[in-house]
Amino acid sequence: MSQFADATGTPMAQHTPLRSEKHTARHTIQKGMFILFKFSVAINALALAIICGFVLYYGAPAISWEFLLENPRNAMTEGGIFPCILGTIALSYGSMLIALPWGVATAIYLHEYAKPGKVVHLIRLAINNLAGVPSVVFGLFGLSLFVTVLGMGVSLLAGMLTLAALVLPLIIGASEEALRSVSPTYREASLGLGATKWQTIYRIVLPAAAPGILTGAILSVGRAAGETAAIMFTAAMFFSPVLPSSLFDSVMALPYHIYVLATAGTNIEETRHLQYGTALVLIALVLSMNFLAIMLRARMQRKLT
Amino acid sequence: MHLHFWGHTMRISRQQKEIAIHGSFFAIASTSILVLTLIMVFLIVEGLPIFNQVSFPDFVFGQYWYPTDDPADFGILPMISGSLAVTAVSSCIAIPLGLMTAIYLAEIASPRMRSFVKPLVEMLQALPSVVIGFFGMVVVAPLLQDWFGIATGLNLFNASVMLAFMAVPTITSIAEDAIFSVPEELRAASLALGATKWQTIANVVIPASLPGISTAVILGMARSIGETMVVLMVAGGAAMAPGSLFDPVRPMPASIAAEMAEAPYQSDHYYALFATGMVLFLFTLMFNVLAAYIAEKKKQTGTASL
Repeated sequence: MSQFADATGTPMAQHTPLRSEKHTARHTIQKGMFILFKFSVAINALALAIICGFVLYYGAPAISWEFLLENPRNAMTEGGIFPCILGTIALSYGSMLIALPWGVATAIYLHEYAKPGKVVHLIRLAINNLAGVPSVVFGLFGLSLFVTVLGMGVSLLAGMLTLAALVLPLIIGASEEALRSVSPTYREASLGLGATKWQTIYRIVLPAAAPGILTGAILSVGRAAGETAAIMFTAAMFFSPVLPSSLFDSVMALPYHIYVLATAGTNIEETRHLQYGTALVLIALVLSMNFLAIMLRARMQRKLT
Repeated sequence: MHLHFWGHTMRISRQQKEIAIHGSFFAIASTSILVLTLIMVFLIVEGLPIFNQVSFPDFVFGQYWYPTDDPADFGILPMISGSLAVTAVSSCIAIPLGLMTAIYLAEIASPRMRSFVKPLVEMLQALPSVVIGFFGMVVVAPLLQDWFGIATGLNLFNASVMLAFMAVPTITSIAEDAIFSVPEELRAASLALGATKWQTIANVVIPASLPGISTAVILGMARSIGETMVVLMVAGGAAMAPGSLFDPVRPMPASIAAEMAEAPYQSDHYYALFATGMVLFLFTLMFNVLAAYIAEKKKQTGTASL
């Protein structure tokens, strides 16, 4: 900057140092701020790595075929977690059986049919607030409606329904996003060929939006699988000597198992390796779902561009 | 003749079918309102009977929670203050961390870094709360006990740190969307005037996306106040208003989750826990309505709103 000169060719001696000083100062600030930003990202990465690292390090030794495929024994101090794995899979995929059609249909209404108005505004308001309801409140709701009033008892079905209500806003959000990403020209072309609105949605729009909807569904399965507070009073039990045989049986579940072993057992220290092992299985289940969703989305984006 | 007849009926049924389909989709979409209403109704129906025992102000501002004593005390002020304390402390960590990460993602990161950091934030979001609570319990608590020489590592501070990492992804993803949607010409104009990238971010991009950033912060706080497993496992569980950062606390969700299993069906204790749920729900509803209000009223309408 020092070679800058004014119109007469005289170097701007008195301005130049000031300019460059200011120039470097604000660039130093920028550099400092950017380092701070990177630092905050690093803290997040570190938190994730440390949590996963600890669980992996202490949990891996506990993992064996016996641990994965057998029932707990000896007041849950030995044996495996097979019923918990099964229970969690049943709860999370079962809730998806309910929430997916429900959420996709809601998204179709909101994006394809609804015209802006009071009712639609109300529906959106309800969905947004539903997304913010604490999971323990969903638990209370499930306890009073499904378990008590509808007489389902503490059962797989009550848990599935509670979880379905909990992940519903997620599914709606993801499905609407997926529908939005389908180009309007698809719809116009189909309608132009004489297809009805429903035919257009069913044959054209939904297939095009399917990968996005699927991504949302996978993420929601992960969310439901890790959920604890919502199933505590509605579906989960400490220990069951037999596997559930119907929708009206209560189930063991991985997150609840971790909680019980870590807080309520008589041998909390002795079962530490089982706790870590269970946490590892749960994390593996949830993160593999997430990983799948991320891969799917990356593939979709490659296809679009 | 026959064909024509068929075509005729088909045409009518086609229209009727469309109307029926439209109607069913509307009915399904409306169930979201029904679910939210049912949640409120059941909280009220199951929570209201406690107010035959204790007045509403005594319930909310009562200092003592001895639900199983005779006579029992049903004051949830310690839980409310516990909830507010963990939310406040975790926000002090989560807001700067979440916003800085969002700014990094939206403004600074190269596409390659973005494709690496974004999944990372999503994975943090996906970590089950019970695992984070477990980690806080078995790893962080003993460390805190050692470092600070305190009676228990299960306290307000520990719970807040764990909660912060649950709120960060919420704050980051919403704030990032808001920052990302700031029109490009604003940045270009600022840069063309000779501002550095950071000056542009601080003086143009952040002010322009402030409504979205506020929404992100409020929803992050709503996440913290409603989160259950972490405070249940890590906060220590003492039903007292906290006096210091290292005091054990018992936020509302922890109280509900810990005691519901022991409370006999439709006992006063049971009603009191539902009423606690009602208060908790009101808090999160307030946060959500506030966030929605800001998002709607201050909606960014391109460059015109500046």
